[in-house]
Amino acid sequence: MSDTETDELSIRTRNLSLWYGNFQALYDVSVDIKPNIITSLIGPSGCGKTTLLRCFNRINERYGNVTTKGEVQILGENIYTEAVALAELRKSVGMVFQRPNPLPISIEKNILFGVRSHSRRSDLPASRREELIESALTEVSLWNELKDNLKRKATTLTLEQQQKLCIARLLPLKPDIILMDEPCSALDADGIERIEELISDLKDRYTIVIVTHNMAQARRASDECIYMYLGEIKEHAPTMELFMNPKNEQTAMYIEGRYG
Amino acid sequence: MATKKTSLRGLGAKFLDGAEPLIRALIYASGWSSIVFVAAIFFFIFREAWPILPRVNWGEFFFTNDWVPVPAEGNKASYGAMSMMYGTISVTIVSMVIAVPLGLGAAVYISEFATGKVKESFKVLIELLAAIPSIVWGFIGLVVLNPIIQDVFGVAVGVNLLNGSIVVAFMAVPMIVSISEDALRAVPDTYREAALALGASKWQIVYKVLFPAAKNGLLAACMLGVGRAVGETMAVLMATGNGMVIPENFANPAILLDKVRTLTATIVSELPDSVHGGDHYRMLFVIGIVLLVFSVVINVTSDIIVKGVKGDQKNA
Ligand SMILES: Nc1ncnc2c1ncn2[C@@H]1O[C@H](COP(=O)(O)OP(=O)(O)O)[C@@H](O)[C@H]1O
Ligand SMILES: [Mg+2]
Repeated sequence: MSDTETDELSIRTRNLSLWYGNFQALYDVSVDIKPNIITSLIGPSGCGKTTLLRCFNRINERYGNVTTKGEVQILGENIYTEAVALAELRKSVGMVFQRPNPLPISIEKNILFGVRSHSRRSDLPASRREELIESALTEVSLWNELKDNLKRKATTLTLEQQQKLCIARLLPLKPDIILMDEPCSALDADGIERIEELISDLKDRYTIVIVTHNMAQARRASDECIYMYLGEIKEHAPTMELFMNPKNEQTAMYIEGRYG
Repeated sequence: MATKKTSLRGLGAKFLDGAEPLIRALIYASGWSSIVFVAAIFFFIFREAWPILPRVNWGEFFFTNDWVPVPAEGNKASYGAMSMMYGTISVTIVSMVIAVPLGLGAAVYISEFATGKVKESFKVLIELLAAIPSIVWGFIGLVVLNPIIQDVFGVAVGVNLLNGSIVVAFMAVPMIVSISEDALRAVPDTYREAALALGASKWQIVYKVLFPAAKNGLLAACMLGVGRAVGETMAVLMATGNGMVIPENFANPAILLDKVRTLTATIVSELPDSVHGGDHYRMLFVIGIVLLVFSVVINVTSDIIVKGVKGDQKNA
């Protein structure tokens, strides 16, 4: 692979292994994730999808017992070095969690939380703040619903609105990559459909990596698909190819077992 | 094995069935007893103070400073308690100024920053602090802080408002720490993760996420600390110098080095010498009523604050 190609990748890992204490959860993961597409991460429960995703913004490290070996490059830069500023990394790599987790403060404060952590007060005059709030909420199509209730506590919203808000609050930070860990698992069918629509709207502007246990969702909503099993990547291919014509026997068994 | 377990569970259930009325009665009794005790406290204090209440000169009591319960021959006794109220209020304020930041800081450190052995040792240390009896703190004030304050500030006597407040602060800190730590620990971890993933630093998480989310518990912790400071007796008696003075200029920091005497200290030091049923004796119970009113006011305010905060959170 030539250097220019490497630079164009959003995420590139080489021989990434991870241990929780003595338990090894990732084995030599080497994967290339392309920009501005949706990549889905599938595999049986406990295979390390969440763990891998949480390596990309180094949030795994908050548990004291985690050891990581190997390399992760985000936009061409190795993030597992001393020199990396975690705040900057997390600004460009946003994360959406399995359970919607808006902070127990108002809607507008949730949206501004990220930028406020990264800038001085004087850089955010009221006009700028309003602009950010409106554009973030518009981008997740919540603006019309919520524009009159911006002071409402975010935890009182419906789960679907909460999850959209959790996406919206990443946007003022202008992330390059958005990581999503089973973002629909707490939602009902309608909610799932609308969040999926939203995700596919976002892919022009952001690189999206989404973990899902829902085969149909991976198939509908992603461009490329990665199948993981017991901490290893077994197959990585364009989604249609992986589902129609899996190269790996285990991939085939998994998608048939779940889907057939 | 499995059958054994089932039969055991059956036995336990049967035992509980039979004992349920008894257990229920015990629980009711313990619930009601707290009400009964509080009522009894009110009753006995009021009963002792009652005969003198119509004759108390309230203006003198609240707004003058001459507490002369046993006057010289031919003079009238006077009961001006303003300096003691000043004593109690000043010890409360100064000790909280010390204890609240210290206690909150320690709670944040223990719950958010310390890990493993350090965390465990700190928790044990805080529990040990909480177990030190009041009288020992009084000794610490007399024997340890007294000479330090004398040296540092170049004063002749080191038992004063500052000394007493430091002692009370140290007594209040363990309670503030443990209740605040519970409150912080109760904040769902998902909030920390959300904020961390948005690039917030640990400190930003503490003051922008944890403090607002744990507001109720933290306030409760501080109010309990205040209650402790108001009610503390033996340690303040020993460490404050037990002198009835009211400063002329409250803005002068040197008042920290003045002796003070609290309401509680007055009761405990004078009650043994007062004539049972006499005016002096009854006036000490009037002071008791004032203390009761103080603590009711503190409790009600803290309730209102906590409820107000809850209301805010609903609307915010
Ligand atoms: N904080 C943790 N401490 C210890 N083991 C963990 C932790 N998180 C995950 N694991 C283990 O690592 C493995 C992978 O977990 P995870 O990444 O959550 O899988 P998935 O998201 O694919 O269901 C599982 O065996 C899980 O038990
Ligand atoms: Mg998972």
